[in-house]
Amino acid sequence: MKVLVAVKRVIDYNVKVRVKPDNSDVDLTNVKMAMNPFCEIAVEEAVQLKERGIVSEVVAVTVGPKAAQEQLRTALALGADRAIHLETDEVVESLGVAKLLKKVVEDEQPSLVLMGKQSIDTDNNQTGQMLSALMGWAQATFASKVAIEGDTATVEREIDGGLQTLSLNLPAVITTDLRLNEPRYAKLPDIMKAKKKPVDTRSVADLGVDIAPRVELVRVELPTERQEGVRVGSVDELVDKLKNEAKVI
Amino acid sequence: MATLIFAEHQDGALDPATARVVAGAKALGEPIDVVLMGHQIDGAARQAAEIDGVSRVLVADNEAYQHVLAENVSKVLVELSGEYTHLLASASTTGKNVLPRVAALKDVSPLTDVIAIESSDTFRRPIYAGSAIATVKSLDTLKIVSLRATAFEPAGQQSAASIEPVTVVEVSTTSRFVSEARPEGERPELTSAGVVVSGGRGMGNGENFKLLEAVADKLGAAIGASRAAVDAGYVPNDMQVGQTGKIVAPELYIAVGISGSIQHLAGMKDSRVIVAINNDDEAPIFRVADYGLVGDLFEVLPELAQKL
Repeated sequence: MKVLVAVKRVIDYNVKVRVKPDNSDVDLTNVKMAMNPFCEIAVEEAVQLKERGIVSEVVAVTVGPKAAQEQLRTALALGADRAIHLETDEVVESLGVAKLLKKVVEDEQPSLVLMGKQSIDTDNNQTGQMLSALMGWAQATFASKVAIEGDTATVEREIDGGLQTLSLNLPAVITTDLRLNEPRYAKLPDIMKAKKKPVDTRSVADLGVDIAPRVELVRVELPTERQEGVRVGSVDELVDKLKNEAKVI
Repeated sequence: MATLIFAEHQDGALDPATARVVAGAKALGEPIDVVLMGHQIDGAARQAAEIDGVSRVLVADNEAYQHVLAENVSKVLVELSGEYTHLLASASTTGKNVLPRVAALKDVSPLTDVIAIESSDTFRRPIYAGSAIATVKSLDTLKIVSLRATAFEPAGQQSAASIEPVTVVEVSTTSRFVSEARPEGERPELTSAGVVVSGGRGMGNGENFKLLEAVADKLGAAIGASRAAVDAGYVPNDMQVGQTGKIVAPELYIAVGISGSIQHLAGMKDSRVIVAINNDDEAPIFRVADYGLVGDLFEVLPELAQKL
């Protein structure tokens, strides 16, 4: 069976986010970019399914600018077999991405789509659910364990205060949470090999999908900064402050 | 012109976040209906009817909704949403599981984790794990919005509004509930705990997290960790607090042996009171801490556990 993995190019998780002086957006000029961490977990899961002989082909897909090809190369280095790049310089909202991915799904007919539960830039947590709805498929968000047998995926998912297990008919969409696996690092020979793997680039403009924005970004600000508090000299003083000043214990 | 709130319930009781979502919805200035989906949920429905500001409670009571599967519950919401300008829910794992599905079927671009409602179409929400706050304006006719419940004070009580049944039945044919485990653990869940005690690389190894447990036991706290501690293999990934882990905002957050990387701060800086314990006087964590204690955590933690 074939698995499609959607990945996204985002700011590196360790970079401090700056806001443009005119508050129009965050400033991504000359900022280190990387694959969204939850997408890395999705790629890892797909590759592990292939290593276990359950999956025969892993196809990575992204929607983004020319530079997003770097993240596809990363996915290929981690073990994806080939990649599809839906290229655009526009900012595409979750709904638009879901519609674009639907096109790819219709072409590729995967049995499973794996993707991150959210990207660490817009924190939307929407695209997987939306793709699943557009396809009329089953979904399991926040997956912490995936087992596939025949036409069924049994997924353990992280819900508030516990774990839920669902059984899904394939094809389905599964979005990944932190516990699912520990993504590997790409080895140098694999990075070299990835350069030769095929990437099929298509222009978003040619796909005839409505990606017009539905949400206008009015303003972006830094949150109110916390003021540095006081230093305490001893455990006794700390306990006293927490009890009598902050009143939190 | 009215607002519909998709509310949750657990073991027959209404999710307390509902009163907070209702309070948020009041800012829209429209009548508020609440819809509950489940099986044998009369008690939860009555609780919802008594939240100040609620005009009507709609109850879809059917075995098919018992486990609130996204596939069928979203279809019911699609059917109901025709009469409304706003569909709201708590930004819980259930709200996030269901609302985007409804949105896709209604061809709407939804908004997640809203912390303030500025007007009927303009909302504020954190992006980059709270490192920035975006003000966004929805251009869709129907607004589909999940609210971060902790950002709103709960609405008060009223004499009960009317409760009406929803008769539409949708059965999920593609997914099936298998089981659910909600550990009645000794510790609260990280994201909803009132107190969180977290350890970083300074803990030295996983075994030393026992020192944190002694403190957490006294405070009824959840235990978290920095990404550095997780990457070093001290503790499992699900304990990670930070941009790529859990986002927490407890009343009290105690960071022990955590230097305070950007990605960790993004996950905990909305806590009400922050305590930092670190032997490095220059650690960035002190810049966000209300109370900083410079010292050796292996001496401080046992003393703290004893004196709490």
